[in-house]
Formats: sequence, C-alpha cells, structure tokens
Amino acid sequence: MQELKPIGQSALALPSKTHKNQSWGFFPVLTILVLIGPIVSGLVGTILPAFGGSFQSGLSALSFEYWGHLIETPGLARSAWLSLKTGLISTFVSLLVCLLLVASWQGTKIFLFFERLLSPLLSVPHAAAALGLTFLIAPSGWVFRLISPWATGLQRPADLLILGDPDGWALSAGLIIKEMPFLLLMSLAALSQVDTASRMRIALSLGYGQVRGWMLCVLPALYRQIRLPVYAVIVYSMSNVDVSMILGPTAPPTLSIYILNWMTDHDLALRNVAAAGAILQLALVLIGLLIWRLGEKLCALWTQRAISSGKRGAGQSDVIFRLLALIFAAASLLAIFGGLLSQVIWSFAGRWRFPEALPSSFTTRIWERHGASALEMSMTTLALALLAALIALILTIGCLEAEFRRGRVMQRAGLILIYLPLLVPQIAFLPGLQILLLQIGAGLGFWPVLMSHVVFVLPYVFLALSGPYRAWDHRFHTLATAMGKSAFVVLWRLRLPMLLAPILTAMAVGMAVSVGQFLPTLLASGGRLATLTTEAIALSSGGDRRVIGAWVLILSVAAWLPFSIALFVPRFIYRKRLGMLHE
Amino acid sequence: MNNSGFEFKDFTISHAKGAELLSITAQVAPGEILSVMGPSGSGKSTLLSAIIGNLPKAFTHTGQILLDGLQLDKRAPQHRKTGILFQDHLLFPHMSVGQNIGFGLPKMAVGKADLIAEALKDIDLEGYEDRDPETLSGGQRARVALMRTLLAEPKALLLDEPFSRLDTDLREKIRDFVFTRARAAGLPVILVTHDVEDVQAAGGQVLDLGEREL
Repeated sequence: MQELKPIGQSALALPSKTHKNQSWGFFPVLTILVLIGPIVSGLVGTILPAFGGSFQSGLSALSFEYWGHLIETPGLARSAWLSLKTGLISTFVSLLVCLLLVASWQGTKIFLFFERLLSPLLSVPHAAAALGLTFLIAPSGWVFRLISPWATGLQRPADLLILGDPDGWALSAGLIIKEMPFLLLMSLAALSQVDTASRMRIALSLGYGQVRGWMLCVLPALYRQIRLPVYAVIVYSMSNVDVSMILGPTAPPTLSIYILNWMTDHDLALRNVAAAGAILQLALVLIGLLIWRLGEKLCALWTQRAISSGKRGAGQSDVIFRLLALIFAAASLLAIFGGLLSQVIWSFAGRWRFPEALPSSFTTRIWERHGASALEMSMTTLALALLAALIALILTIGCLEAEFRRGRVMQRAGLILIYLPLLVPQIAFLPGLQILLLQIGAGLGFWPVLMSHVVFVLPYVFLALSGPYRAWDHRFHTLATAMGKSAFVVLWRLRLPMLLAPILTAMAVGMAVSVGQFLPTLLASGGRLATLTTEAIALSSGGDRRVIGAWVLILSVAAWLPFSIALFVPRFIYRKRLGMLHE
Repeated sequence: MNNSGFEFKDFTISHAKGAELLSITAQVAPGEILSVMGPSGSGKSTLLSAIIGNLPKAFTHTGQILLDGLQLDKRAPQHRKTGILFQDHLLFPHMSVGQNIGFGLPKMAVGKADLIAEALKDIDLEGYEDRDPETLSGGQRARVALMRTLLAEPKALLLDEPFSRLDTDLREKIRDFVFTRARAAGLPVILVTHDVEDVQAAGGQVLDLGEREL
C-alpha cells in the first residue's frame, strides 16, 4: 500500500511540535466520528432487527424468524450468485483493461487523450452512464438503429432481452464503463510514486516486450498502491443498487435490489427481512473479497514463475494487447459519451421511428414541460452537493493541517478508515441507519441525507486533496514563520490560496459524488427528498425516453458543472500570475 | 535584551537514538557572518532548523542559543525573529511583487503602500508593485526576497545556500548585495554553503562540520 514519505523535502522543511498545535487533533477525531459513526450505528441498526431486536429492547427476544423469510425468498441463491458473479467479473475486466491501457499506451498521444477525458468521464453519475447505455444497446437503441435495416434487415425492434438479461451481462457492462475510468485515475495517481520509466528501461533493455515487461516490473509495485481502490470497486460492483435497477435482471434481481424492495415495502415487517438480507450481502461481499485475494495470490505465483521462466514476450503479443486495450477503452468511452449524446437527441426528438438513425422532427415540448421542475431540482441537488463537499473539505483540510502541524504522518490504518465508507456496502448499513433514525424519532429528511452524503463524499475529497496538500513546499511555511507570521496566517494567506486549484478540484469531485448518490438520498430521506439522481432513476422505469433523456442530461450537466468551475476560476483569478498557471 | 548577536553555548544536536550530530560553541556579533560548511548529511540544514524552531522529531538538542541575550530555543518559531533565505527565492507565486514585499511588514505598520514603494526603489525596482514575480529575472527575485525578509525586521539572518542556483557573475553581485545589506542592518548572519568562494567573501568565522558518517 501507499508508503507515505516523511513530510517535506528536506530536514529543514519538517515541522515539529510547537505551541498550540495539539488542538488540531480535534479534526481527525471529528472526521473519524463523522465517517465511522453512521457506519457503525448503521451496522448495529442492521444486525439488531435482523434477529428481531431493536434499539429499545436490545436482543431480548432473539429470533431467527426473519432469516426463515429471507431463505424462502424465491431465487435467493441465484440472486446472491448473480451479485457475486457480476461484481467480480466487472471488477476483473475493468482492472484488466485499465492495466493493459497503462501498460501498452502510457506516454503516447492516444493515452494523453484518454487522460484528458478522465475528469468529465468520472463526473458522469453511475445512473446517468447506465441509462445512457440503455439508450445505446436496447433492441430499439442507437446501435441497432445504426445497423438497421441494411445489416440486420430489421424494420421493427427485435424481440431480444438485452437490458436486464438474466445473467447480468448488461449490468456488468454498465459497471465496467464507469469503474474502468476510476481505476485508471487511481493508477495514474499511484504511478507518480513508482519510477516506471527506469523500471521499463531495464525491462526493455533485457529484451522484454512492453506489456510483459510492465506486468513483471511495474505492476507489482503499482498494485500494492491501488489495492484499496480495487477493493472499493469490488464492493460497489457487488452491492450497488442504481446500476442494477437500470441494467440488472429482475427475476431474480441482484441481492441488493431485493433488500431495497423490502426496505421500501409498505409492510413494515419486511424491514427485518431487509436487515437479514443486508447481513447476507455483507457476508457475500466478504466472500467476494476473499475470492479476489485468492486470485491475487495466484497472480503473484504466476508472476514469480513468469520471471524465472525468462520468457520475453516481445513481438506480436504486444500488438494484440495494445489493440485489445484500445478497443475496450474506446468502447467504454463511446458508451458513456454516446449515451449522453443520444440523450440530448432524445430530449429534443419529435417523431423518431425505428430504424431511423435520427429523429424526423425536433421539438422543445419535453423541455417546456419539465424544464422548470428540473431546474428547481437541480438547485436542491447542487445545494446539497455544495454543503456536503464543503463540510468534507473543511474536515479534510483540518486533518491534513493537523498532520502537518503535529509532524505526524497518516498511517495505513488512517487510510483504511478514510476508505471505509467505500469498503462497506451501502446497502449493508444504510437500512440500519434508517431504522435507527426512525426508532430514535430523529426523522428523515434533508439533514440526515446531508450527513450520509458527507460520509461518501469525504473519502473522495480527501483522496483528491491529500496529494497536492502534502506536496506543498513547506519552506514557504518556514520562511513566513521566520518573518513572525502565525501558522494561521500561513495557512490562510499562503497555503490555501496557493492550493486554490486542487481545492476547487477536490470540491468538484466531492460534488459530483454527492450529485450521483442514490441509495443514501432515498433511505435517509425516507423517499421524501427528490434529487436529480433519484428522479432520473424513478423515471427510468416509466420508459419514456424523451423524458429520461432530458432529466439525465440535466443530471450529467449538474455533475460536470463544478468541474468546469474548478477549471475556470483559478485560471481567471491567477490570469496574471504565471507561476500559478503552469502547475 | 542587548545587542550581542548570536551566542551558542554548548549547543548540541543529537539523533533521538543518541548519536551526536554536531556541537557548537560560538559567538556571532552583529554584522558578522558565520559560515557553516560540510557535505550533505553533515547537519548544516538541521542546525538552521534548530535555530528557526523547526527541528524534526528525529533529533533532540541540548545547550542554549541566545540571540541578543534572549534564549531562542525556548520561543515559538514565529517569535524568534530570525529571517531566512533559501536557494530558490520562493517568492509567493500568487501575490504581486508589491504584495510579496508587503507580506514581510509587521501587522501594525502604517503607510504600507509608501513603505513598499520605498523598499522597491531601494532595490532598483521602482514601480514594480503590480508585477508578476514570475516575470522577474533571477537577480531581481533575489533582491525582492531579501527585501521581503528585511522588512519583517529580523534580529538575525539565516542563509540556506541562497546563491547556489545563480550564474557565476550574478552570484557575486547578489552575494555582495546580501552581505552589504545584512551588515548595514547590523544583523548577525549564519551562512550555510558548500562553496568556498562564499566563505571567502563572507570573511568571518568558519564552522566546518566536515566528513562524518550518519
């Protein structure tokens, strides 16, 4: 995992314990409470009702009644298998494509092109990407329209079960196109700490092929650093609700969908069954992670043998790998951006018959009908996102500043705590949190939603900001302190303004995460707070492509808007400060 | 409080584990320059960080440092009044030249704008208030950095290889400029360097930390 170097570039830059710095310890403690509090109480709130208990009565009447209900659910085993299978397959494929892309294309213009598109790609919420995919691959979607009738002979949409296929291939595809860019970003961040160039120079000079050399010399160092993000992808892929609702099968659905249905059922007794299901989900994710670890061990073994075999793997295999990586990466890219484009067109489409590639008439009817309410909901969504990201930002800066002032470096345990919200399935603890909030009479609504968003936004804000924050030249601090300036003045007048661009980027990342949240919004508000994401997913079952297109478009714009602001504002403010621009 | 400059009394820095890194007993009068030489790893920078109050946790110190008769090692870093210059001049990239100069001024200073204008004139940069520091030449940056430090009214000046990134001819000029200003302001100076010419130009005591293994 990430081996954190001591703070600062030279001994002189190292801060040491000084007066009043201990009070900053408040921030890490608060941050841990904000992160862990909801998770732990949510897990407790899940375990108790699963065994017939509650917060008031504890576990006095221990009962396995609800487990009986759970086990009798039709297709439960198949549902659990589906969750496990789609989760592991989609993680494996996204990681493989990501690694092949880095191995065979890094340093080329094509790779730079992908790199530039990463931020907008990542800002697209899962639900928007999944809905975009349905617009493309459905029997009446764009792909079939483009190849019909000349290639398929189809005059009407074929009767094919592509979306929601019982084996979950569409679901896996939807997960891959979103997780691949995420893993790519994490790999790029980690690669800056692995001296790829010199490792590769040695491998190539020994006659190794590009890909094989990379896999043997760079990957082991890289993988150690991206292990936590990979686990986060496994957990999300195995337990997500939003993508599964849109692209996953229905009879049976994935386990997470069962749990959600029980949670939102009118029959309150089903909440206990949901709690039992959530524990099953947790166990399932643990099994998934164990299987993955086993795979890791096998790969390590293979690497050892491959190294001692001395095979160079130069020549044709490189070409094949390059092509494969490019095809998959380009397909993911096309799926997301093509989906968005298709949504733009649908939202303005008048008459659009199959198999025409474009509508025969255009209209603004949908926008006239939905525009005002979509705009209003955008305001709610963005306000929520702004608040959540701001809270996360303050906590993050507080933690990083505490680390700096106390001269302590965050240990691996700290990093795992930060990652925890991404490593515990949402569906395993959010139901418990909702049950808890109801039982203690706290009620559901905006504030619980905000609190739950902060839990998921914080890890991303921290991961986005910690690198640049720690890399800031500490000699500025030394210099200003020697001029008699307090640590607060240094922070406020030097460090934060100099880090404006990364701070705004971290805010934008956090806001995009908040905008895309579905389950926390739904459960912590009791379904009473509508955001663009919950609305888009609610509309998706209706199947009116024009309406879905309009809402998803607004959703994607809302998620992308903070990124464009983060890009523009520092360039404008520092337009006359060259030293701030070429960083 | 008096005007006696730096006084090191059996000042010793050790690794937290025990091994001694360096030990000095010396006096640096106002206007005098103490040159500290030695290869990297010999503790040059560590000495400066101890004076500034930034000694890393991996080290401990014993003995005393006095500045003008006041015990320095008991004070918080921002109350030590020891200005420092680094080899990169480290102008704040988000501020104009004028704001950089003004940053050093004490909070209570009156007529800041005039003080800044005067200071810029003093270093032949009249009217440079709104300039982007990035557009200055190496020599101009060095002068701004020194002026910024001096305006904070330090009682001593620490130089952490401040000339090593400059071209040879510029180097001599800037060195003369810094030394002259420091003497004029009556500051005791500690110069960390590995350049013999710097030491010769400084013309004061030399502390050679020599070859030693860590």
